[in-house]
Amino acid sequence: MEDLERLSNAASVPDWDALVFEDRVHRSLYTDPRIFAAEMTNIFGGTWTYLAHESQIPRNDDFITTHLGLRPIIVVRDAGGVIRALFNRCTHRGATVCRREAGSAKVFQCAYHGWTYFNTGALSGVPWPDGYACDFKDAKYNLAQLPRVESYRGFIFGTLNPEAAPLADHLGPMTAIIDQWLDRHPGGRVVLCEANRLKYKGNWKLAYDNAADGYHVKFSHRSLLETENRLKTGDEKGMSFYKDAPDEAPMYVQYLGNGNHFKDKRPNIENRPGALWEIEGAHPGMESFEAALRQRLGDKADRALDLAASEPVNINVFPNLSILGNHIQVFQPLAVDETDTTWYGTAVVDEDGELEGAVDDVNALRMRTMEGFPNFGEVDDAVNFEEIQRGLAAQEDEWVYMHRGLDVPGRIESDARGVITAPATDEVFMRETFKYWKRLMAEPPPRQIRREV
Amino acid sequence: MSQAPDPSRTSHYVTDAFYAALVEDFSDWQTDDKAVRDRDLRDSCRAFLEREARLLDRHEYDEWLGLMAGECLYWVPATTAAGDPRREVAVCFDDRRRLEDRIFRLKTGAAWSQVPVSRTVRMVGNVEAFATAAEDVLMVRSNFLITEFRAGESRVLSGWCGHRLRRLGESFEILVKQVNLIECDQNLRNPSLVL
Repeated sequence: MEDLERLSNAASVPDWDALVFEDRVHRSLYTDPRIFAAEMTNIFGGTWTYLAHESQIPRNDDFITTHLGLRPIIVVRDAGGVIRALFNRCTHRGATVCRREAGSAKVFQCAYHGWTYFNTGALSGVPWPDGYACDFKDAKYNLAQLPRVESYRGFIFGTLNPEAAPLADHLGPMTAIIDQWLDRHPGGRVVLCEANRLKYKGNWKLAYDNAADGYHVKFSHRSLLETENRLKTGDEKGMSFYKDAPDEAPMYVQYLGNGNHFKDKRPNIENRPGALWEIEGAHPGMESFEAALRQRLGDKADRALDLAASEPVNINVFPNLSILGNHIQVFQPLAVDETDTTWYGTAVVDEDGELEGAVDDVNALRMRTMEGFPNFGEVDDAVNFEEIQRGLAAQEDEWVYMHRGLDVPGRIESDARGVITAPATDEVFMRETFKYWKRLMAEPPPRQIRREV
Repeated sequence: MSQAPDPSRTSHYVTDAFYAALVEDFSDWQTDDKAVRDRDLRDSCRAFLEREARLLDRHEYDEWLGLMAGECLYWVPATTAAGDPRREVAVCFDDRRRLEDRIFRLKTGAAWSQVPVSRTVRMVGNVEAFATAAEDVLMVRSNFLITEFRAGESRVLSGWCGHRLRRLGESFEILVKQVNLIECDQNLRNPSLVL
C-alpha cells in the first residue's frame, strides 16, 4: 500500500461552507478547474465509482480500458478469474501499456521500452535486465491498481479508499432497486451491448443533477413529448405523465444516501403485463415484431414485449452511473467543462428458455426502443447543459438554486432508513447529493494504491 | 382486398427478414468486379447525391423525404463494421415513421439541439456505383465532408455513405442510406443533424 495523503490538496483549501448552502451552490462548483481537479481525486476514486460491467469481460484474460476520473484504467479479469482495476501506466516512464478499448490479453507490453506485465499487474520482465542493478522483484515495479474492486450483481465498482464500507453496504437501499431492475429479466441478468455515445461541453455534475430531475421534462423534452404523440394512436405515449401536474402523479423521487437517487415512474403505469409496452413510443419494427411475438408466445407475449419497452426508472449511483430505461449510462468527466455520457445498451439473455426462443426478437425490438431517447431526448438535455455552462460564465451572478420543495410543508418524507421521498419535480435529491459531495470535498477520503507482491 | 399498411403510421416492413436482407446487402458490395463503368449512370448517381446534399443544406426536409422510398431506412451505425442492428444499437436507425418523427421534431421549434439550427455545407465526392443482383438497384459509395456552424462554433463531420438506390425512370429513390461517420464509435457532440 502506498499512502497518497501527502500528495493531496497541498494548495489552499476552499471554504466549502461559503460555496454550498442548503438551497443553492456556487457557480464555481461547475466552472473552477481547481475544484474539478479536487473532484477527480476526492470523489472519483475517493468514493466507490462505477468502472465496468462484468459482461464486458466474461472470460479470464478479458479486459476493457476505461477511466477512474482522469486516471487511465484497465479493468481485467485476470488469468485466475480475479477482477482487477490496473492503472494503465507503465511503472517505468508512464506510458499507457494497453491502447485497445477491449480485448483479451495474458500480458500487457509497453510499446515504448518493452516492459511487460502479467494481467495481475505484476511485472513479467524488462528488456536487457543486466543493465539494471535493481531487484525487479520489488513490488514498486508492478502496475499500480485499486486496493478495492467489488461487484454488485455484475456492476463493477472500484475505490482508492481502503477504509470504504463494503460496496453492498455503501449502496444500501439502492441494492433492492437494482435487484428489481435486473429481476424483470430472465435469469435476473442483462449483458451490455453497443452504446449511444454523447459528449457535451459542460461540467459532469450537470448530467448527474439532471438524472433524477422531473422538473425539466416538460420543457427540455417538449419536442420529444410532441413527437411521441403526433400520430395520436390510442394511449398517450412515453413520458406524457409529465405533461399536466407531475407532482400529483403517483411517481416520486427518492434520495437513498451517499449521493444515490432514484426516480420511480412505475406507479404511473398499471401493474399488469403489457401495460408498459402499450405506452411505448413508436419504434422501427414495433408492429411486425409484436405480431410475430404474439403468434409465437400467445398469452406470454405481453411479458416479452414489456422487456422491449423502456423500464420507467432512473437509478442513479453517485458519481457516474445512471441505470435508466434499459440503458446503463456512464458519466465520464474529461475537463471542468467537458463530459462524455455513454448510454450502453443492454440485451436480454435467456439461458433457461423462459422466452421460448423469442429472445432474439425481443432484443431486436429492444435495440430500437433504446435508440429513441438518446436521439430525440438526450440531445436536447445536452444542449441545455452546454447553455448552463455558457450562462455560468457570468461571474457576478454567483448562485445555482436547487430549492424546489424546500420548506414546503408536508411535501417531503423521510423513513426509518433515512430514505427521503418527494414528488417527482422536487430538487431534494440534488440538495442531499451536494451534502455528500461537500463531505467528500471538505474531508477527503484516504486514498491508496496497491501493487501485487 | 386488404390495403398495404402505411409505413408512415405503422412499421410492418421492419421484420427479421428485412434485417437479414439489410445485413446481406451491406456486406461485400464495394468490389471492383461490381463497379459500374457506365459514365452516364455514374454521373446520374453523382447528380442525385448532390441534389440530396443541397436539400439537406437548405433544410428542405420534406423534399428530402420525397427522395426516400416508402419503405426506407436511414442508418448511422455506431460501429465501424456496422454490424447486425438486431443485436446492437445504432447512432440512428430510422424507418419511414421514425424518419418522419425526426423531421417532425425538428419542426416543433422546441428541438433545442437544433435551436439555433445548424448551418451546413456538404461536399460529396469519390462517388462510385456498384451493381447488385437486382437490375434496377445500385449501391453507391460516396465520401462526405460536412462543415457545420452552430451556436458560435464550427466543426467538420466526415465519413462515407452507402446508398442503396432503386432506379426510378431517369432518377432514383433511396431504399437505404447508411452514413458511416469516421468517429461513429466515439462520443459525439450534438449528433442531432440529419447527416
